[in-house]
Amino acid sequence: MNQDLMRHLAEILPQIQGFIYPNEVEIHWGMLIVVYPYITGVVAGAFILASLVKVFNVKEVQPLYRLSLLTALAYLLVAPMALVSHLGHPGRFYEILLTPQTSSAMAMFGFVYAWYLMAVLLLEIWFVHRTDMIAWAEEKTGVMRFVYRALALFSRDTSARGVEFDHKALKTITIIGIPSAFLLHGYVGFIFGSIKANPWWSSVLIPIVFLFSAIVSGIALVILFYMVITPLAGGKINMKCVDKAVDFLFYAVIVDFSLEVVEFIHRVYQSEEEIKILSEMLMSKLFMSLIVIQVMLGMILPLAIISVTKIFRHRFSLNEDLRKMLYFISVLLIQFGIFATRWNVVIGGQMFSKSFRGLTTYKMEFGGLEGLLFALALLMLPVVILAILLKVLPPWKEMLAEGKDGDGRAVGGELPAPGA
Amino acid sequence: MVKFPEKMPDSLARLLVVFVVLTAVLAIAWVMIPTPMKSVHVQWDNAILREKAKPMRYAGAHACEECHGEIYGKKKAGYHRDLSCETCHGPAKTHTEDPDKTKPAIPATRSFCVQCHAYNPSRPRGFPQINPQGHNPLKPCAGCHNPHDPKPPTTPKECSACHGEIARTKAVSHHVQLECTTCHQAPQQHKITPRGVKPTKPQNREFCGKCHAKDTRETREKLAKSAPKIDMAEHGEKYVCWQCHYPHSPEVEN
Amino acid sequence: MNGRRRFLRDFLALLCSGGAIGGFLKLLPGSAHAKETVRTGKWYGYGVSVDKCIGCGRCMEACKAENNVPKEPFFFRTWVERYIIRKNGETAVRTIDPGAEPVPEAALDKSILRSFFVPKLCNQCADPPCVQVCPVGATWRTEDGVVLVNEKTCIGCRYCIQACPYGARYLSPATHTADKCTFCYHRISVGQLPACVEVCPTQARIFGDLNAAASPLSRFLRMNKIHVLKPGLNTEPKVYYANLDGEVR
Repeated sequence: MNQDLMRHLAEILPQIQGFIYPNEVEIHWGMLIVVYPYITGVVAGAFILASLVKVFNVKEVQPLYRLSLLTALAYLLVAPMALVSHLGHPGRFYEILLTPQTSSAMAMFGFVYAWYLMAVLLLEIWFVHRTDMIAWAEEKTGVMRFVYRALALFSRDTSARGVEFDHKALKTITIIGIPSAFLLHGYVGFIFGSIKANPWWSSVLIPIVFLFSAIVSGIALVILFYMVITPLAGGKINMKCVDKAVDFLFYAVIVDFSLEVVEFIHRVYQSEEEIKILSEMLMSKLFMSLIVIQVMLGMILPLAIISVTKIFRHRFSLNEDLRKMLYFISVLLIQFGIFATRWNVVIGGQMFSKSFRGLTTYKMEFGGLEGLLFALALLMLPVVILAILLKVLPPWKEMLAEGKDGDGRAVGGELPAPGA
Repeated sequence: MVKFPEKMPDSLARLLVVFVVLTAVLAIAWVMIPTPMKSVHVQWDNAILREKAKPMRYAGAHACEECHGEIYGKKKAGYHRDLSCETCHGPAKTHTEDPDKTKPAIPATRSFCVQCHAYNPSRPRGFPQINPQGHNPLKPCAGCHNPHDPKPPTTPKECSACHGEIARTKAVSHHVQLECTTCHQAPQQHKITPRGVKPTKPQNREFCGKCHAKDTRETREKLAKSAPKIDMAEHGEKYVCWQCHYPHSPEVEN
Repeated sequence: MNGRRRFLRDFLALLCSGGAIGGFLKLLPGSAHAKETVRTGKWYGYGVSVDKCIGCGRCMEACKAENNVPKEPFFFRTWVERYIIRKNGETAVRTIDPGAEPVPEAALDKSILRSFFVPKLCNQCADPPCVQVCPVGATWRTEDGVVLVNEKTCIGCRYCIQACPYGARYLSPATHTADKCTFCYHRISVGQLPACVEVCPTQARIFGDLNAAASPLSRFLRMNKIHVLKPGLNTEPKVYYANLDGEVR
């Protein structure tokens, strides 16, 4: 293992440009730490999309409600895996729970995570599915019957009063959930933004930029899932819903883009001592991932595509199939763009020397814990978890409902009476 | 099932039970975890003990005196007086514990001494430096210089023996043809106790003016005749010449 | 609610909110002038006399030998940088390699404006950013002012490596935990000098107790104009440089 590391570092040595401190050859936060903010971003974004339905009463996106909650859960479960497996001692992760240092942003992870998982996401999902689970328990037999019973905490209360309480609880949880989702991802931004030693990270805007890029990636991913899963589940894509969700996505991308532009202009205008090495890095090491993928392909192009569909949707009633395709391309591009954003923050922040005199380089490994293969596996894992969640807590009734009557039916309200 | 208060909804009651159970489990777990795992202060104290218990490799500046008093005394009186023995001989803690088991290194190659004494423009001025290619190539340093009392084996004739950097600098400057003694009077004693007796240095503008003033009478020398001339009254009269021109390599606009 | 009771309530609320704001403001640093709290007992510091360093690299070798630092050139508790500042404004920096045969330098490189060596090591900051970010308290500042790493509880998250502005930390390939200069804590706690100070042939490196009245370090601090690295980051380094060039970061 050490031999591999030494060989790896020796390969980097000749590629160093200028001067870096001798301990800076190794890039310490690799692929896994790129994956981590990407995944938590999806969680926060998907939850914000869900809260559009519950708090802001955007009836059109009702079909996405349960899907986005389940997506958030699937990704949230994978988030700590990326963090723990990058540790030098993964087996010591419990230290962070036993002796958390209040001064450390990273130590708060356990608490922010636990709060978000337990107090927000699991609670909301439980209240959403409670009456359904009671009904499903009635339909099923054997093990699954018991599983649903247990998941519903053996509740059999489907009384109007109970259902009404579910609604009230949901509303409260979502209202708490929005700042919590902001906290979750703003906090991930703070992990980077609070490092005064690193001018690429150290910015008050970083948590906010993280937040809005999170919203962008979450909404885009849920739209992507919806457009893929619906035909697979034998349903018809509800264009009214997708149009509306893409509208929100569009605004979120604009806010995100503006924030990033503001940050960029601010940096260039202030032009502090690190500006030279940062611009050198931008034009060489990060040109592809930042200028081309993040900005051009991940933001400007999708913005252009969505603008075109927005303009022509009303004028010439753009063909629905063409619109679907354009949306699909946009949300896919946005995913790559946001992933590139994470890459540029995490890897970019370590490629320039803190002496501001040189650049190192990142050589991605293929195998191993820090390698590409494992990162891809981690990126696929939430999709697998989501598939299982969709099996256990099927959202089809709501997701595949015809869009024309998207009248915001109460979630549990029009279920068949149990045992009917 | 427990009877809950009439007003509390069934679902909330069940969640409360889960919450209470979870909290209880966590609380019990917390109590059962041993203190060293929970207290950073205990961990720090233990870590300090571990840190202090780490083995030493370098014995320190005074360890050698006990057995090697003579060499130690000799070194103390010479130019290497501030060096630790271990600077050259390497870590010797094991040797102090059992002198026969391990012997410290005795570096004898030229490549060792030149790590400090090869000319390098980044080294501070005045630090003794030689050009390894020009300075008795292939001869071991210790043949002429005792490392425990390093000094030139014979009284040097040329200034460049000690002032190599200045000599090299002057050699490629406009002053290449000037002897050191044109500007400095070096008493013989300076070559024996260089820091005790110092050579003279020019004191005033007029000294440089002997060659460079436009109305100089010093025209016997061919060199002085061809030297660039300035008007001493006009040219930087507030300063002495070497505040702008380094005499060993005078900067001039070409 | 009568007037008196309302007044009492408002007054109490004012007290509470005032207390809350006051408590929050306590988080802010107190005075712009007081640098460090006055201490009793040992408070270790370090001096570097840039003008004396000859760039021989003995310190780098001694450090690796004394502290079992891996030999490969990616892990250093201390290192020496060589600066060459040219007349055209270019600054070339590199870390010296003590094992390498010295390359003979051109007798006179006229393009050089000035050139020098700068020893670097952990600055043992009084306000260390690495300690601030450690999630598990595996790195901390001891009573005598040395920042240590507990290799038994370090989880290897490398947040401290990111937070150090000086590049003083590395991940030990042997223990997979963060590692750094300890001022040779095992030596100084028995009255010996750190290995780098021990072997420095020109006394460019000076170690001592900042609270001591007379010591090489206190004399060094008294007789020189002193600078620290990256003072703008407010880390309060305890490695003090004399005659440090502005190009050094």
